[in-house]
Amino acid sequence: MKPGTEFAPACPIPIRQYPRVLLAHGGGGTLMHELLEKMFFSAFGEAPAEGRHDAAVLPFPAGRLAFTTDSYVVRPLFFPGGDIGAMAVHGTVNDLAMSGARPLWLSAAFILEEGLPMETLWRVVNSMREAAERSGVRIVTGDTKVVDAGKGDGLFINTAGIGVIEHALVIAPGSVRTGDAVLLSGDLGRHGMAIMSVREGLEFQGRIESDSAPVSDLVRQLLAAGVEIHCLRDLTRGGLASALHEIAEAARRRIIIDEKAVPVREDVHAACELLGLDPLQVACEGRFVAFVPAKEADMALRVLRQHEGGAGAGRIGAVEDGHPPLVVLKNAIGASRILDMPSGEQLPRIC
Amino acid sequence: MKYLDEYRDGAKAREYARQIVRVTTRPWAIMEVCGGQTHAIVKFGIDELLPRFITLIHGPGCPVCVTPLELIDKAIEIAARPAVIFCSFGDMLRVPGSASDLLSVKAGGGDVRMVYSPLDAVKLAAQNPSREVVFFAVGFETTAPATAMAAHQAAEQGVKNFSLLVAHVLAPPAMEALLASPECRVQGFLAAGHVCAVMGCAEYEPIAAKYRVPIVVTGFEPLDILQGLLMCVRQLEEGRAEVENQYVRVVRPQGNEHARALIRRVFEVVPRQWRGLGEIPASGLRLRSQYEALDAEKRFGLANRNTAEPAECLSGLVLQGRIKPAECPAFGQACAPEHPLGAPMVSSEGACAAYYRYRNHALAAEPAK
Amino acid sequence: MCLAIPGKIITVTGEGSLSRMGQVDFGGIQKDVNLAYVPEAKVGDYVIVHVGFALSTVDESEANAVFEYLRQMDDLLELKEGGP
Repeated sequence: MKPGTEFAPACPIPIRQYPRVLLAHGGGGTLMHELLEKMFFSAFGEAPAEGRHDAAVLPFPAGRLAFTTDSYVVRPLFFPGGDIGAMAVHGTVNDLAMSGARPLWLSAAFILEEGLPMETLWRVVNSMREAAERSGVRIVTGDTKVVDAGKGDGLFINTAGIGVIEHALVIAPGSVRTGDAVLLSGDLGRHGMAIMSVREGLEFQGRIESDSAPVSDLVRQLLAAGVEIHCLRDLTRGGLASALHEIAEAARRRIIIDEKAVPVREDVHAACELLGLDPLQVACEGRFVAFVPAKEADMALRVLRQHEGGAGAGRIGAVEDGHPPLVVLKNAIGASRILDMPSGEQLPRIC
Repeated sequence: MKYLDEYRDGAKAREYARQIVRVTTRPWAIMEVCGGQTHAIVKFGIDELLPRFITLIHGPGCPVCVTPLELIDKAIEIAARPAVIFCSFGDMLRVPGSASDLLSVKAGGGDVRMVYSPLDAVKLAAQNPSREVVFFAVGFETTAPATAMAAHQAAEQGVKNFSLLVAHVLAPPAMEALLASPECRVQGFLAAGHVCAVMGCAEYEPIAAKYRVPIVVTGFEPLDILQGLLMCVRQLEEGRAEVENQYVRVVRPQGNEHARALIRRVFEVVPRQWRGLGEIPASGLRLRSQYEALDAEKRFGLANRNTAEPAECLSGLVLQGRIKPAECPAFGQACAPEHPLGAPMVSSEGACAAYYRYRNHALAAEPAK
Repeated sequence: MCLAIPGKIITVTGEGSLSRMGQVDFGGIQKDVNLAYVPEAKVGDYVIVHVGFALSTVDESEANAVFEYLRQMDDLLELKEGGP
């Protein structure tokens, strides 16, 4: 159990009566009402202001609105350092933060497979409650559907998020300028390798835990310090390679990375070597890259390093002119190679 | 990681490169046999450090790339059957067969599972007595001991619902087949270090003698490969044609007797089709008759079939070292990792994928470092 | 063709049999590995592991051979070129 969660409230749905999710729990009748009341509302709190309606009605502060959505289908549901619920909250919070928004509210829609143990659902919901608290957001609306057994692989979650942008910066690839410094908020590959460590057929033991965490506070600190942020991107599927590749393409420039400056923990490095994977392509869930003017890089790093989630932050490269857009990696040997966009799922290799 | 990272030291790599420049007086063409070595060369940019006199030719040492089309098709057919759990190494899942691949079978509802070791497949069989568990045994001599142990354990433990689709290949016959071809440009070899960790170095002596080529048994980290290249170039410059061992920390001249004993007990040597190279005599392994019950081809009654590889795929020429991947008209166009025409583009060990991933032809075309 | 990495043996079980197994540590992660092919390897030794099998022990006395060779080449060239 993660620290701070030694005491988790017991599942409020009477387990002896309903140990597993039934089709009826999505049917709109009393069973669904009970699920909503006892599990979701009790965990996420009453909808603000005007009680429960089909839509949450919310007071919107001045500024630009940021809106995002993502669906979460990770397997297994629980893994070292996290679970699908925490991911679903952090992921959407982070997407909002990446556009420089202060995250406010989330929706949570569940697709449950008939037969899913109720205890599992409760653990996930509880985890989402904690993640929401940690991220400073409220889950204000949602939906539940139940599908036939064999059609849902347990549980899927979609979260959509609303945030407010309270500054005048345009944080997007279009704002990236030649000469910008590329900063990375911490070490790579923990999430992907944590999942691998519990994946059937590939398991290994160790201390690798997912880095799933909200980064919104780190972004808030950077903004408060007055850093002229040009672009932010969180690293998820496809890892650093994917994020940089997308930005290079969108900004129509080249990004040159010094491989020696990219931090990878020794055990994550070892796990990647074991399975033949490239840490630069492995998923993270609590890391981002920031593009800032070169002269502000040092200040930005000082700000990041003062905060828990940014202790390992560092400068990893720079933006240059060049066509076609590329991401180039300079390695210890002094050779350069193109860091390509990962294609499809990374598969462990034998050879 | 100990005994790994120290062999990736950048300063030492550049020193090795300087030494190679110093001793090279003429053009030489050297083949690194193993796909893992190709991967390291392209990933670390080792060929960028070499003098332009040295041409590296990427060999057919990628078992994923050379597994014959016919066996891939058989794998796909077995995997699609209900009640079968089909187990495979990760890199085999995307290899294109004649019409499909294992990942597509999985998408279509087949139970295809990725495993790290053949023993995981035996375990699955014991845990799922009502299902037929099949393991796709691909790989060179390095992997054959693992398959042999899986066969032995399944037989000993009486695991009846386990079988093997055997596709193992042997390295020395492939080297000989390349050397025997009149178009062969290879003048020296870096032999596959981990194959030799199992088989020892002796079987390369007759090849070195017959074809007058230096063969250096080489490891997989940048400094290993650079040292192997330096040793090979020195032999070439001095007119020697010997078998040398660069990978001394892992390879003993006699190899691993225990592993070879079990390979001999479980397998016999047979001719084998190599994708892109044709049939090579005495180059594959097959289960011996006493292990026949574990043979998936027999258990599932699969007939032999004729297969044809797509015409635009020049993987045969790439595997023989006669062209570089970028010289294939389909490279990066009709053929890319997302839609590969042949196996060397699928496996990250394959010369084509390694080139594509780590070296874009656009960058390579730019003015030099 | 053979992704095999070095790891340190932490524990050994099933002595003297073909199912001799060990827990091997690779830079902080551990995996169960079949040690049947390296009967002489013991706790504390480094082995090269491929698809769950130890195929060879790392001869630690030879671990520096790569660096030694480089030094020798340097000395050789200095001799040829008539000293530093």
